[in-house]
Amino acid sequence: MADAALTVDAPERPRLTLARLAARARERFFGTKLDAAITLLCLVALYFAVPPLANWAFIEANWTATAAQCREARQGACWAFIGEKFWFAVFGLYPYELRWRPATMLSLFAIMVGISLFRRFWSKTLVWAWVAASVVMFVLMDGTLFGLEIFGAHVPTRLWGGLTVTVFIAVFGLATGYPLAILLALGRRSHMPVVKWFCVALIECVRGVPLVTIIFMAAIMLPLFLPAGMTIDRLFRIQFAYTIFSAAYLAEVVRGGLQGLSRGQYEAAESLGLNYAQKMRLVILPQALKMTIPAQVNTFIGLFKDTTLVVIVGIFDFFTTLRAALGDPNWMGFPNEAYVFAAFVYFVLCFGMSKYSQRLERVLSPETRR
Amino acid sequence: MSAASAAAPAWWNDRDVRALILQGALLVFVVALGFFLFSNVQTNMAARGLQLGFGFLERAAGIPIGEHLIAYTPADSYARALSVGLLNTLRVAVIGCLLTTLLGVTLGVLRLSGNPLLSGLVGGYIELVRNTPVVLQLVFWLVVFQQLPGVREALNPLPGVYLSQRGLKIPSIDWNSGLQLALVGLAVALAACWLTVRRARAHQARTGEIKRVWPICAGYLVLLPWALSALAAEPVNVSMPVLMGFNFQGGSELSPEFAALTTGLVVYTAAFVAEIVRSGIQSVGKGQWEAARALGLSDGRIMRLVILPQALRVIVPPLTSQYLNLTKNSSLAIVIGYQDLFSVSNTSINQTGQAIEVIFIMMTVYLALSLLTSAGMNWYNARVALKER
Repeated sequence: MADAALTVDAPERPRLTLARLAARARERFFGTKLDAAITLLCLVALYFAVPPLANWAFIEANWTATAAQCREARQGACWAFIGEKFWFAVFGLYPYELRWRPATMLSLFAIMVGISLFRRFWSKTLVWAWVAASVVMFVLMDGTLFGLEIFGAHVPTRLWGGLTVTVFIAVFGLATGYPLAILLALGRRSHMPVVKWFCVALIECVRGVPLVTIIFMAAIMLPLFLPAGMTIDRLFRIQFAYTIFSAAYLAEVVRGGLQGLSRGQYEAAESLGLNYAQKMRLVILPQALKMTIPAQVNTFIGLFKDTTLVVIVGIFDFFTTLRAALGDPNWMGFPNEAYVFAAFVYFVLCFGMSKYSQRLERVLSPETRR
Repeated sequence: MSAASAAAPAWWNDRDVRALILQGALLVFVVALGFFLFSNVQTNMAARGLQLGFGFLERAAGIPIGEHLIAYTPADSYARALSVGLLNTLRVAVIGCLLTTLLGVTLGVLRLSGNPLLSGLVGGYIELVRNTPVVLQLVFWLVVFQQLPGVREALNPLPGVYLSQRGLKIPSIDWNSGLQLALVGLAVALAACWLTVRRARAHQARTGEIKRVWPICAGYLVLLPWALSALAAEPVNVSMPVLMGFNFQGGSELSPEFAALTTGLVVYTAAFVAEIVRSGIQSVGKGQWEAARALGLSDGRIMRLVILPQALRVIVPPLTSQYLNLTKNSSLAIVIGYQDLFSVSNTSINQTGQAIEVIFIMMTVYLALSLLTSAGMNWYNARVALKER
């Protein structure tokens, strides 16, 4: 009896029985006539969409067949095509015996990303580690250091391709665009009219035109601007365009952070006798950049998706390489497989980044920060 | 005297002097860079036997363009070809923005549905579309439109609408005096509606009595165009597409490229708009609904008079940048072979070699489009923004 009296004090939590679950489901899915109609419509739509898709992608799919077998069993997806072309889509036309170099570069990138995901490793050292890693990544791809071939033969950029190029453009676009973005954002908030209007004009002009026109400009117009006899590699010209583009977009994000800081922070830094560089480096930027990390990640997702635009000047990134693989006479006629696979890879990467940014937003938001 | 001069900072430590020097240096750098690039351009162009200038715009372009809103033949000038390209860009941008708004708002509202199945499905769509590159989606839609059945087996989802490999055929209205008079009637009817609503509002402000205006307005909108067009010599004629031989006759045609580009851009941008609309509606507190109910307003009126005006404040600024994104992304038409401004510019550069001039024109036009769109949306935003004393 005493036991019973004790348990009454604890607030009674309804036990999750099957009946209660069913009741709750009925309430949420069939609560009103409208709800019931919506639920039924959705179920009908799912019935017509899901089974054929599942059938194509999994049940009837050919995972290890040859092209001829795939064509014979024209029912399901031919994932064997992806299996055949996977490494081509990763490395492009990079010389076969030197593939270990882009492979090492991609692994290094993956390790760096893996480390950077954890807030406990966020420090100045990590920033310098990224700088060092990008230099190593470049040397690995190019094969030369100060004109010396240190990892075997030099590989010209026209042989680079696939996922390696996508990662390369994204990493170097961000690594070079980020410092530029900070300078542009500071310049836009400057009291010096010439500096301010120069930055405003640059940011707004870049943001006002499509990225393809900037890429196009770098590919076609830039050679005309160089002194006679001087040439810059095409991939690096595109890289330059991508850097300017990402800098302009990131600058606006950073500016948001600078504007979000209270005046008191600026005044306190000045009253300590810090000069402009010290004030920005030690007080303002650490706060402004940290505050805008979620927005920066979102911008980066957009920029990452935009690396596919290099297709218009004939650079072979991941998507374009996969499309090029469609032209293999032995494997004609599997475009759906290629596009679904490309979509899957981009989706996994971008969705992962966006989930990560949402988590950061929760962790870094002022309400939860102490 | 000496103490004061010792306390004054040296001139190179003076903030204003430093600012002047820095700005002067930037100015000199920019001007010098400009001069250096310009002289390089002149040397390089001369080496290729070209001359800087816009004279080439008068020459015959010889670019075949399948879709043109104004009369065009390949014998026309480059200026004309570029205008045709610009109009094609505008066609995609305007139709795309309208459809995106419709689809995006619908999806945003459905995302908030209390039914977990529906909101989950819409959420899945939004995540899938937002996290894949738009180029990939455009190519996908082109493949979809190309895999449609041939003309003879065209899909016929609605009467007068045919979907086939050749694109989308829809009914059109012939441009004759009947249609012109009907449009005049429509304009007059709109003006009459506006006056009626204004008078009803004034009446409500004076007496508190709400007048029903929608039957009167509906009457104007139906009767005036009908009556005026009946007066015209030619009646309003709807031209329905009919299968004759190997192709359709009548109606108007949308090419597969146009259809793929518009569908792709709308589907992509609408996912972003849906999220904007959702967060806009969610930003209006529950208390606003309760307060409006306590005043005795109906649900429709609560939405129109209380919730929407507040949600729009949150929605309009990011919506503007989505419109801008759609317009800018329309330049990806080149990937799927629709001839917009960018695509025509590309061909012009390949034919004439006048890269700098064409790119200058192209960038100026895109910049002007962006600025015009943001100016228009800023004007609208100022109207819906919170008016503080």
